Amino acid sequence: MGETIKVGMADLKVCVSPDAVTTLGLGSCVGIAIRDPVTKIGGLAHVMLPDSTQIKNNSNIPKFADTGIKELVRQMVAKGAKQSRMVAKIAGGAQMFAFQNKSEMVRIGERNVEATKKKLAEMKIPILAEDTGNSYGRTVVFYPETGDFIIRAVGKPQKTI
Amino acid sequence: MANLNLETMSQEYYDVLKELGNIGAGNATSALAQMLQCKVDMLVPQVKLLEFQDVATIMGGEEQIMAGIYLGVSGDITGSIMFLLEKDSARNLVKMLTGVSAEGEEFSDLELSALQEVGNIITSSYLNSLSSMTKLRLSPSIPALAIDMAGAILSVPAIEFGVLGDKILLIQTQFFNEVHLDGYFILIPDLESYGKILASLGIQ
Repeated sequence: MGETIKVGMADLKVCVSPDAVTTLGLGSCVGIAIRDPVTKIGGLAHVMLPDSTQIKNNSNIPKFADTGIKELVRQMVAKGAKQSRMVAKIAGGAQMFAFQNKSEMVRIGERNVEATKKKLAEMKIPILAEDTGNSYGRTVVFYPETGDFIIRAVGKPQKTI
Repeated sequence: MANLNLETMSQEYYDVLKELGNIGAGNATSALAQMLQCKVDMLVPQVKLLEFQDVATIMGGEEQIMAGIYLGVSGDITGSIMFLLEKDSARNLVKMLTGVSAEGEEFSDLELSALQEVGNIITSSYLNSLSSMTKLRLSPSIPALAIDMAGAILSVPAIEFGVLGDKILLIQTQFFNEVHLDGYFILIPDLESYGKILASLGIQ
């Protein structure tokens, strides 16, 4: 068994099998797990906001879906992964609180998921599976060896996508 | 003032926000005592400017189950406010209020609505004190409640702060009566509102 490397909020990490990557308590943020099945190099990004170009204070690269995904792929390539072989799985983007008014900030989970999909499509990385939306938090663990993306939520059975 | 940034905030601003936090938490404690009809003590709240990651750590880790009550604020300033209570504290509080001792992991409907009401009263009294100090008109929205992992609940204020920077302003409050309750306030005024709050207190 390898190590499990923790990814914080607005953070990203790359690992090589048998190591795994995890992030705890994803809410409206999105966890993006990417893997190169040949080299078994994998990575996980925990992004908070959809678009770095709409924010003035945008130096924190892993905070945004657009820059975070790009940086995760760059670091994986630097380790020897190939972008053309990469596949992704995504989780999170929940709406934690139910409000009557649908402001932009309330829809942030949804917007994070949309931005993630857009960026992955732009980089030609297919999404194999997703567990997004709803109104609950998720803890995820990603194993680059098998591509298994394990999702745990409070009061729900664990699932693997 | 439009360029106000939490990370480069002067000590004076920080002290003012801290004081607002203290007084607000004090008022919330009085409201709680009235509701429970018993004496409630409060430790001096700790006000901290923290990195996203460290907020969940203070609460016992990202996977610690918390009850979060979140509401929007409109009026002269806009933003939102969140009150968080550790799960066992939430349960104790509800038990004191309703006299019903719940079993099992899940919160019942009665517990949830009692908790929402507690959150409503605590956050409203907090806002009232802020409003009377600053003479600003503040109206809270209907509160929303979530019981989930600390990390997931905190993602909501973290994202709101995330638009401005990489830190969160957290007010940690400990209440005591027969049992010990750990509560946390997170105040999320939007960027212009910080300026308005400070200006209303005569700080330029």
